[in-house]
Amino acid sequence: MLNRPTTEKLPGQDFEPRIVAFFCNWCTYLAADLAGTSRMKYAPNARVVRVMCSGRVDPQFVLDAFARGADGVLIGGCHPGDCHYQEGNYKMLRRFRLLKRMLHEMGIEDERFRLEWISAAEGDRVRTVINDMVERIRALGPLDLSPQQEVFAEEVPV
Amino acid sequence: MPEIQTPSGSDAVRIGVYVCHCGTNIAGTVDVKALTEYAAGLRDVVVAREYKYMCSDPGQGLVEKDIAGHQLNRVVVASCSPLLHEPTFRRAITRAGINAFFLQMVNIREHVSWVHLDKQKATEKTKDLVRAAVRRVALHKPLQKRKVPINPNALVVGGGISGIHAALTLAEAGKQVYLIEREPTIGGHMAMFDKTFPTLDCAACILTPKMTTVVSHPNIKLWTYSEVVQVDGYVGNYKVKVKHKPRYINEELCIGCQECITACLYKEGKFPDEFNLGLSKRKPVYLPFPQAVPQKVVIDPETCIEFKTGKCKKTCIEACGERLAIDLKQKESFEEIEVGTIILATGFKTFDPARNPHYGYGRYPNVYTSLEMERLVNAAGPTAGEIVLRDGKRPKSVGIIHCVGSRDVNTNRWCSKVCCMYSLKLAHLIKERTGAEVFNFYIDMRTPGKGYEEFYDRLLDEGVHFIRGRVAEISDWAVHPSEEGKLVIRAEDTLAAFVRRIPVDMVVLSVGLEPQADAQEVRRMFNISCSTEGWFLERHPKLAPVSTFTEGVYIAGACQGPKDIPESVAQAGAAAAEAMVLIDSQFVELEPYTAFVMEEECSGCKSCIPLCPYHAISYLADKKKASINEVLCKGCGTCVAGCPSGTIQQNFFEDQEIFEEIEGVLAYA
Repeated sequence: MLNRPTTEKLPGQDFEPRIVAFFCNWCTYLAADLAGTSRMKYAPNARVVRVMCSGRVDPQFVLDAFARGADGVLIGGCHPGDCHYQEGNYKMLRRFRLLKRMLHEMGIEDERFRLEWISAAEGDRVRTVINDMVERIRALGPLDLSPQQEVFAEEVPV
Repeated sequence: MPEIQTPSGSDAVRIGVYVCHCGTNIAGTVDVKALTEYAAGLRDVVVAREYKYMCSDPGQGLVEKDIAGHQLNRVVVASCSPLLHEPTFRRAITRAGINAFFLQMVNIREHVSWVHLDKQKATEKTKDLVRAAVRRVALHKPLQKRKVPINPNALVVGGGISGIHAALTLAEAGKQVYLIEREPTIGGHMAMFDKTFPTLDCAACILTPKMTTVVSHPNIKLWTYSEVVQVDGYVGNYKVKVKHKPRYINEELCIGCQECITACLYKEGKFPDEFNLGLSKRKPVYLPFPQAVPQKVVIDPETCIEFKTGKCKKTCIEACGERLAIDLKQKESFEEIEVGTIILATGFKTFDPARNPHYGYGRYPNVYTSLEMERLVNAAGPTAGEIVLRDGKRPKSVGIIHCVGSRDVNTNRWCSKVCCMYSLKLAHLIKERTGAEVFNFYIDMRTPGKGYEEFYDRLLDEGVHFIRGRVAEISDWAVHPSEEGKLVIRAEDTLAAFVRRIPVDMVVLSVGLEPQADAQEVRRMFNISCSTEGWFLERHPKLAPVSTFTEGVYIAGACQGPKDIPESVAQAGAAAAEAMVLIDSQFVELEPYTAFVMEEECSGCKSCIPLCPYHAISYLADKKKASINEVLCKGCGTCVAGCPSGTIQQNFFEDQEIFEEIEGVLAYA
């Protein structure tokens, strides 16, 4: 039951990529707050969903985001070794690698799915990562899940 | 306390949305009126309002009134970061009688208005975020915070002035305190100073009484020459592993008579004395400095003949005699303690001026760092307070160079805050003791503080020279007979607008403050964060300056950023007070974001068990199901994301709640 909206998604210069960003509560969410208190300016395309740990990001969240119209998904976690919960970010990394391959097979370009380690002190990195991601996705154009993919999405009678 | 209503399944969801202007902080970039109108039209929204300051008393009152008046059972507040005011609004809605967790905050300040310029796009973004929150909050379930008891003991790490003050404050309040210092003595940097600015009272006179109180206080367990190596547990219940380094002296038996030092085979000190920064020599068995606390000697195995060759006559042991305090077989040992709160006061290190080679430190013997100068002017220092050059002569002229390793894009960008004042103090002491001409080279004179500017005025009257300009170079290259045999300071005098060459006998580099070399390892161990520069990060720069993002762990003194003594002491007192709030409340409330297994659907695959770093998940062999221990679970949600059958859920972050949020932000068509 894919109902990807198609309006506002025409390629061209008016295209504004939609990015869903999962930020962990302890590092990257704080970094985004820091970017705010430091009044850094960046592209308004990312929508942050707060999770306690990047390890909480279920691969289904990513698939759902793409299915619902996201042009990119960004996951932000603590640097390796810095996880507030010891090793949630490593668990995320494992899932990320597998998921990225799968998305690739589905025709979703690598630039659209990104995992970044951003510590609470790196407000500037939030800015550069989001700006960079927006530019790359803008160059790619809207995510086009081909019709075949939509067939796969139909419930298969068993 | 009002009774908590739990809307049952049949109860309709009634949401109130509150949009904050935050003065012009939000309203300046976001069309709050349009956002409020948009929110009013969303599913289940009964009322949507905007207000200048939602967090103010009338703002909170607005929410409370609507909860009663409109029978709201869910609230969305679009304002600042949830880390700032989520607790505020949770309290507000609890007062109005609904569960604290029927709230969703939308961060439209830090994540929107402060970071975007395009008003229309910013407003669109806030609409997406509010829509997501409205959809999410409808699914929220009532939750209760968990209460866990607090261990009343406290740990203070670092025995400088901050750590000492924090430990004493807690101990005076009747709390049991462990004070851990990695050096053989407490006192930190302050113990190295002679006088303190701006009052010029002697550092030892105000510090050493506190040091001796620490060691004799019945509520303080002082462990010097020890380090924390492992920290487990959570707020109120930390388990800390401490390593005691071998000092080869039984601390219980050593009475500090120092007869072993006299008896040592080395008749004179031969090895650089750490406390005097190598300006004097010590023996392999030594007391760091005469007022060291505890008064227990240390044996340095790197230099002791017995440790190196095994062929020493061991005159020290002979001298110790029946006291039997010397134990050359001592090994490092470990001890585990349980504490409820932790105060980190690990201090700073000074900038290494060898990183600025144009200042000639290490190349010209008469270029000193300010910390070395502190030892030279100290009456208990290597020269008994005589300010002399390496050849023993008194300097006739001294240059003090400010901002070495501070305010410099090539090294450290920050202002180290204390250097202007200590440079003035050193200038005064040098002038007073030697009568030398003193030249201060500064970028800006920064003297904010009680009595600080007055001290600067006093120095101007005393005839100390001030030259505004960053020094380009220090060399011994003489271009004029008056420069022969001198150190020539070359700097642009930016007030007079020409380049000066000033020959001096001695140069003092006012080195800046830096985070400790192992600050990163320490913060990892205590699970806190560092700022970009490497200082420990406070929870909020203004409102929670001594708290960290890890509850029960506080920071005090210069480990948080450059600070002078009064500020360090104030912070230490604040950290102790914060710790006492926790200890005296006896219980701490933990966020209920724990995970739970929906047992009937669990297939018992055990995938989740190795994912948990806290060993909170166990396998119930009889039922063939996984089970999560709520007390051990810290609520990261990794097992939730890893469960193949979606059987594990996390309170407040249930799959469906997050799906609603994702779909909410994307449902713009």
